[in-house]
Amino acid sequence: MSLTIRNAGDAMAICEKNGWRLHETALAYELAKGTESREDILTRMGRHFSAMQESIKAGLVGTEEGACKMFRDDAKRLMAYREKKMTLSGQTMTKAAAYALAVMEINCSMGRIVAAPTAGSCGVLPAVISASMETLSKGEAEGVQALLTAGLVGVIIGKNASLSGAEGGCQAEIGSAAAMGAAAVTEMAGGTPKQSFDAAAIALKSMMGLVCDPVAGLVEVPCAKRNSTGSAIALVSADMALSGIVSVIPFDEVVMAMSKVGRTIPVSLRETAEGGVAATPTGRRLKQEIFEP
Amino acid sequence: MQDYSLFDIIGPVMIGPSSSHTAGASKIGHMAAQVFEGEIAAVEFYLHGSFYKTVKGHGTDKALLAGIMKMEPDDVRIKDAFNIADARGIQYRFFEADLGEVHPNTVKIVMTGKDGHVETVVGSSIGAAKILITQIGDTDVEVDGDYCTLITTHIDKPGMIAKVSTILAQHRINIAFMKVFRQNKGDTASLIVQVDAFPGSDVLKEIAQIEGIQSAKMIRALEG
Repeated sequence: MSLTIRNAGDAMAICEKNGWRLHETALAYELAKGTESREDILTRMGRHFSAMQESIKAGLVGTEEGACKMFRDDAKRLMAYREKKMTLSGQTMTKAAAYALAVMEINCSMGRIVAAPTAGSCGVLPAVISASMETLSKGEAEGVQALLTAGLVGVIIGKNASLSGAEGGCQAEIGSAAAMGAAAVTEMAGGTPKQSFDAAAIALKSMMGLVCDPVAGLVEVPCAKRNSTGSAIALVSADMALSGIVSVIPFDEVVMAMSKVGRTIPVSLRETAEGGVAATPTGRRLKQEIFEP
Repeated sequence: MQDYSLFDIIGPVMIGPSSSHTAGASKIGHMAAQVFEGEIAAVEFYLHGSFYKTVKGHGTDKALLAGIMKMEPDDVRIKDAFNIADARGIQYRFFEADLGEVHPNTVKIVMTGKDGHVETVVGSSIGAAKILITQIGDTDVEVDGDYCTLITTHIDKPGMIAKVSTILAQHRINIAFMKVFRQNKGDTASLIVQVDAFPGSDVLKEIAQIEGIQSAKMIRALEG
C-alpha cells in the first residue's frame, strides 16, 4: 500500500475520502512505510507520550543548582502564581506556559526529554497537549492521537521547508512545534482536519521570521521562554480555528513562505549565537562567564 | 522530498540538551565501543574546534564517555558518566584538536584496552541526533548506526564481495545497503554491509574464515 502525503492538501483529501480524522491519516501514513504494525506504532508513540509526561513532572519538581546555567525554577514560579492569583491569560494557557518551562529545564539539566521536532523545541508539544487534555478531560489515548496528528504536521513542514534552526531559524523549530501543537489540540477539541490546518497556519504565521539566537550557544536563553510563548500561540491559534476563523493564507502556502523566509535569514541568526539576543551586552557577558570564567 | 517517519518528528527520547551535541555524541561513543574488542581501560577524545568549544554547556564530554560505556542516548545516567567511569576504573581525557577538513562536530576517539591494544574511531554528529562514523583504524568508512552493520577488511581482489554476500544469503539475512572502500588497488579494502537483522556470531565466524578476509566486525543498530 502506498500513501502519498506531500502536503496538507493531500492529507485533507485522504481524510475526506475515507471519513478519517487527522490522526487516523497520520497512522495510515506511518503504516504504509511497512516497517511496523499498527500496535507497534501506537505502543512506541505511547512510550513517547509517557516520556513527555514524565519530563513535565520532573521539571515541576525542579533541578539542582547550576544544572542549567541561566535559569531555574521558572516553571514552579508560574505554577505557584496561577494557583494564587487571577491570571490574565487564563488557566490553560498559564499551565501550558509553565509545563513548557518545566520540560526545557529538564532538557538543559541533562534530563530525559522527547525531541519534538527538536530538543530546542521540546517543551511546546508536551505543554500544549497536556494542558489541553486536562482542560478537556481527555485520557492517554487522545494524547497519543494528538502526537500522531502533530507528527504528521511536522512531516509536512519537514518535507516542504525545514525543522532545523541552523537551516531555517527558530521559526523552523519552535514555530513548527507551535503549528504541530495547534493542529493536534484543535482535533482533540473536536475540530475538523481543515480547522487543524487553519490553526497550524495561524500559529506558523505568528512565528514566521523568528530568528535562532541562543545566548552562549546553549539551549536556554531565549529558548525556554520561547517554548512557553510558542505554546500560548498554539493554544490561541487553536481557539481561533475552532471558533470558525479561517487562515486567509492556506497552510501549504504558509509553509512555502516560511521555507523562503528561512533561506533569507542571515547565518548570524541561525543558531550560530552571533546575532540577536546572543550578541547583546548581557548575552556576551553571560557567554564569557560560562565558558571563560 | 525527504521521506520522514512520524518518529523522525516525535522523537527520539533522549537526554538533553542538544540532539547533535548530546544525543549524537553518545551515539558516536556507543558505536566506537562496539568496534572495540575487549574491555576498555582508557579513552582519549579529540574534539574538533567548534565541537570542543561548547563541550561544557551541552554535556558533550559526559555523553561521549557514557556512549563508551554503551549507554543509550536516553539513559538518565549520562549526566553521571564521569563518576560511573571512575568507579569502573576507566581513564578518560578530552582534548581540543584540528581534525582537518571534517564536519564541524567531529571527534576522534582513541581507546586502549586492558590488554594494551589500541583502536581509533572517528565520527561526526551531523544533526538531529544522526551520526556518521567516518574512520575505523586506518580505514575510511561510512556507518550511520541506523542499521546493523558488517564491516570487513580484506585483500582487494575479485570475488570477495560475492563470498560475503553468499554467506549472508545462506543465512537469509537481507542486505539493505552496501559500500566498498579501498586505499589502493590490490591493497587492503573494506566492505560495509548494512543488513536488516543482526546476524548470529556463527555467521560472523564464517565470514572471518573466508580466505583473504583480515577482520570482520558487526555493529548493532542504535535505538532512536
